[in-house]
Amino acid sequence: MIGEIIVSVVTLSGLGLIFGIGLAIASKKLCVSADPKIEAIYTRLPGANCGACGMAGCMGFALGLIQGSCTVDKCPVTEINKKLEIAEILGQQLKTKTKTVAVLHCGGGRRAKDKFKYEGIKDCIAANLIAGGQKACIWGCLGFGSCVRACPFGAITMGPDELPIIDENKCTGCGKCVQICPKKLFTLVPVEKKFYVRCSSLDFGKLVLDVCPVGCIGCYKCQKACPVSAITVINNLAVFDYAKCQNLGECIQVCPTKCIVGRN
Amino acid sequence: MDVSKLVMIFISMVFVNNFILSKFLGLCSFIGVSKETGPAVSMGLAVTFVTTMSSIITWFIYRFVLIPFNITYMRTIFFILVIATFVQLVEMFIRKTSPHLYKFFGIYLPLITVNCAVLGVAVLNSQTFFLDRTVVKGSFVLSLTQGFFAGIGYCLAMLLMSGIRERLELVEVPQSFKDVPLAFIIASLMSLSFMGFSGFKF
Repeated sequence: MIGEIIVSVVTLSGLGLIFGIGLAIASKKLCVSADPKIEAIYTRLPGANCGACGMAGCMGFALGLIQGSCTVDKCPVTEINKKLEIAEILGQQLKTKTKTVAVLHCGGGRRAKDKFKYEGIKDCIAANLIAGGQKACIWGCLGFGSCVRACPFGAITMGPDELPIIDENKCTGCGKCVQICPKKLFTLVPVEKKFYVRCSSLDFGKLVLDVCPVGCIGCYKCQKACPVSAITVINNLAVFDYAKCQNLGECIQVCPTKCIVGRN
Repeated sequence: MDVSKLVMIFISMVFVNNFILSKFLGLCSFIGVSKETGPAVSMGLAVTFVTTMSSIITWFIYRFVLIPFNITYMRTIFFILVIATFVQLVEMFIRKTSPHLYKFFGIYLPLITVNCAVLGVAVLNSQTFFLDRTVVKGSFVLSLTQGFFAGIGYCLAMLLMSGIRERLELVEVPQSFKDVPLAFIIASLMSLSFMGFSGFKF
């Protein structure tokens, strides 16, 4: 009995050992050297596989860079010094792109009125399917935090007033929140521009004020106040032209509902 | 040994006891890789190669290791070990020597490593050609032939299936039936027709 066990164990492990050693030697002898550049580039990429570059993950991006089907500046996430290193590996010149951060174009949250009580799945996309969500303002944030869950970098948290708060140090401008938000409340803004409109409502002034005290009522005051005419009111909503904006801050002074705010 | 035995193995392996459609082995790769004819045939050829080679190797292992040591009941784990090692080795070898061939079927080899069809051939060989631990006359050639034609049978099933699935891509089917569920239904229908070779057994 014991002898049988010993024979089977020894034979199997002996054979396994022989094969293992054989394979180890073979892998040394027959190894194919992969392009070391791929590894070098891949280690400098963030590894979040967010797909903002348009490729299938960071490995796909690294392969694309080697093959020349994309350029380093397509990645919005990698830090600038890492990008310079990658460009050096590739022997290319880095085209710099301004860093952008996501901003939320809604200031309603708890202050915006509800039109019914929503008891379904706590998810913005699900809530939006039912008559556009529970908020009386059909343009505004539903506050269930789909963006929080979508953010690959943990840059969005849910604030106390049921609005998402964006941590600009963590935000990389990958645009995941822009895609996921059913109300399309996020946009990417150049990081050096200080002001933005915290409302997306295209309703008339009175309708806006009926449901939300901090909405844009389309009063044209900011448009008139801006010395460089960077703001225009389109469809009852103030819209920034960040190519013109020079961070002068006149708009913030005149806005009656304080829906134009500064980023801190 | 006469040729008629080899012919019988051919008919048995390719039609009557087709590994996929009669024995239901290797279904994962059968469903997974049969979406297009090109990869399906590559996969079939790779399987044919591996089944043939593993028939030879497992014959030696069975004849010169398992029977002398009287541990034939351990054949499954031995066969897995041998086949996996062999496939890994072949993959490395192909990768080194011929990038073109590697592109053609190298990527399918890891899929085959632990494929039940390949193991099934080895086990079937040891069952039929080593009766009561004695070697059947000419068993080496017979098991080689059996391995080869089992692979050919696999190839045939893959070719048929991929042809059907390619055409199905163009047909509108209900959402819930799309892709794999429909593939399984078709596989069962094909299997029914292949049972016609042996007659229904209840």
